[in-house]
Amino acid sequence: MPGRKTNQVFDAARHLAGGMTASYRDRMVTVLYARAEAIAFRAVEKNAKARWDLDQRLDAILTSRVWGYPIMLALLAFVFWLTLEGADYPSTLLANLFFAFQDMLSGLFYRLGAPEWLHGIVVLGMYRTLAWVVAVMLPPMAIFFPMFTLLEDLGYLPRIAFNLDNFFKKAGAHGKQALTMCMGFGCNAAGVVGCRIIDSPRERLLAILTNNFSPCNGRFPTLITLAGIFMGGFLTTVSGTVLAALTVTGIVGLGIILMFFTSWLLSRTILKGVPSFFVLELPPYRPPQVLQVIARSILDRTIYVLARAALVAAPAGALTWVLANVHLDDLSIIAHLTGWLQPLGKTVGLDGYILLAFVLGLPANEIVLPILLMSYLSTGMLTEVDSLAALGEILVGNGWTWVTALNVMLFSLLHWPCGTTLLTIYKETKSLKWPLLAAVIPTAMGLAACFLVKLLAGLLGAKLGG
Amino acid sequence: MGLTRQATGFSTLQENFLPDGSNGYVVALAGNPNAGKSTVFNALTGLKQHTGNWPGKTVLQARGKFTHQGHSFTLVDLPGTYSLLASSVEEQVARDFICFGRPDVTVVVVDATCLERHLNLVLQVTEVTSKVVVCLNLMDEARRKKIVIDVPALAGELGLPVVPTAARKGEGLARLKDVIAAVATGTLHPVPTPIVYDAAIEAAAGRLARQLQPLLRGRLNARWVALRLLEGDATLIEGIQEFLGRELDDPGVKLQLKEVLA
Repeated sequence: MPGRKTNQVFDAARHLAGGMTASYRDRMVTVLYARAEAIAFRAVEKNAKARWDLDQRLDAILTSRVWGYPIMLALLAFVFWLTLEGADYPSTLLANLFFAFQDMLSGLFYRLGAPEWLHGIVVLGMYRTLAWVVAVMLPPMAIFFPMFTLLEDLGYLPRIAFNLDNFFKKAGAHGKQALTMCMGFGCNAAGVVGCRIIDSPRERLLAILTNNFSPCNGRFPTLITLAGIFMGGFLTTVSGTVLAALTVTGIVGLGIILMFFTSWLLSRTILKGVPSFFVLELPPYRPPQVLQVIARSILDRTIYVLARAALVAAPAGALTWVLANVHLDDLSIIAHLTGWLQPLGKTVGLDGYILLAFVLGLPANEIVLPILLMSYLSTGMLTEVDSLAALGEILVGNGWTWVTALNVMLFSLLHWPCGTTLLTIYKETKSLKWPLLAAVIPTAMGLAACFLVKLLAGLLGAKLGG
Repeated sequence: MGLTRQATGFSTLQENFLPDGSNGYVVALAGNPNAGKSTVFNALTGLKQHTGNWPGKTVLQARGKFTHQGHSFTLVDLPGTYSLLASSVEEQVARDFICFGRPDVTVVVVDATCLERHLNLVLQVTEVTSKVVVCLNLMDEARRKKIVIDVPALAGELGLPVVPTAARKGEGLARLKDVIAAVATGTLHPVPTPIVYDAAIEAAAGRLARQLQPLLRGRLNARWVALRLLEGDATLIEGIQEFLGRELDDPGVKLQLKEVLA
């Protein structure tokens, strides 16, 4: 047992200077600090404190008790608004381009006399899903990520951690969880790995289990698109865009509130304990390196996420097409599956197709909406989705109302983490128990939340979808 | 692999840090969080490790290579720490590497805008090794804040080469590489100004260091080990035992400690 032996060595060492009880460490640290002060006194000359004052003044506002939270929410809403406003037009443009190419592709297949099933799998399945993912996801990501990275570069993230520290303490969690939460907005798998910055195993587990409450970039396009159609009235008016941005902000806010609630609940049940102390430095505000930020966030994040989505989307598209077009007993496989899920879906204000899309979207949240669309389309409706309006038509045609849209957004926020994240949680915790729990908690909350919304909407007399 | 206490022992140190084929020089990059360490790392190695303006970003240690004046260097980016007192896992990892990893040069990146606070780490590193280069980073920010630093005076006080840089703009990096190479090859030999503690500590440390000298066989700085022993640093003892492959508590050692005690 090295510990015991070590203690003997210490005891020997400690008694060296005649059994003095005063801490050597304290006395040594005092000497070090005095020396550093003396050197700095001789070498540093401060002429004016202009910028330092600016930093302090900024912090007085950005981390103030009164303004801290409203500014945080306003910044979030502003980022979403800019994303919605800026992404709509390029999205439509890309969609038009891709679907024009789809027609050419189809023409080519027919001229070559390719069999119908091959055309179905490759063009209607793989290509169309891929095109949809790129058209819908690329523009918002190319705006959202650089904005977020700019805030990070500016030094705003530690201020968020500072603002929220009190809440984390009350929830029994570690203040650094604010940082892993912010990483989760980029990617939950990255957020879970980031939890390594938390030393205490108990608090690290809390952070890992609740990271999924930050909607990742795979889910933002779903949230943004649905909010744009159903809350924003296809983003044709300024007030519509603002309303859509506020809806997305609300969903993110709800995620943060539930993250606190779940942390609180866990730290009072299966992960009991008190939060540990830590030092958080508020770094100086630094002017962001704009060009580098844009280049890096587009290359590192946007392209990476898009590539991952595309990699999953193509096979998923093919699989969905097969499921939709292989018939067993006069019904497609999709119809069988959705029929089976329909009762549960309808009970909570969703439908079987939506639940199936979330199940098939396990590899990556990015493909939930494309799969859903494919399944709807396979029942013989529109063939082209080149604008928000067309997309809205399909959804409304399948019985969607704003309640359905709200519930899908809620369920997108509150359901099992994607496959990569679950695998990462397993790798980080070395136990099947935690990924399971990480999946069960949000899913239960999601089903409950959807059910509640359906109930309330019913009470309000809103027209529920067929 | 996570940053767990179990994972920060010497055995993992070896697989984490020590270069595979030990050709070229090993350069450790230490510094407080937010001193711009990752930016310096990227600027020196040309790697694009993501930098972020928040403390604790570098969870995993990054390693990169660069060549300068015909020599090849392996740069190890240590976790950001405020001290080497090993009160957190990050500090322990950084300290273990500087003392057991035996880098040829240790570059300490300090923030020119809050020099005093960052000097603590520099002073602590100089107690372990003399092959230290101070990278006085964020000079651009200091200029904006109208902070003037007398670099020769600072270098004189510390007894170390000090290179002012603005890593984000690429300022001073060529000189930094020159100085790193000079210290690594031995053409420049820093003589850090020793830190003198009070008489009681000095006396005890002196006696203990003399006893430790034959045990450490010059592989570790005896004075530093003595100071850490006096300070009561449990994590280090285990590290030393692993490093030397020998218990500090075996009969021979015990005898000597008794002599010291007497």
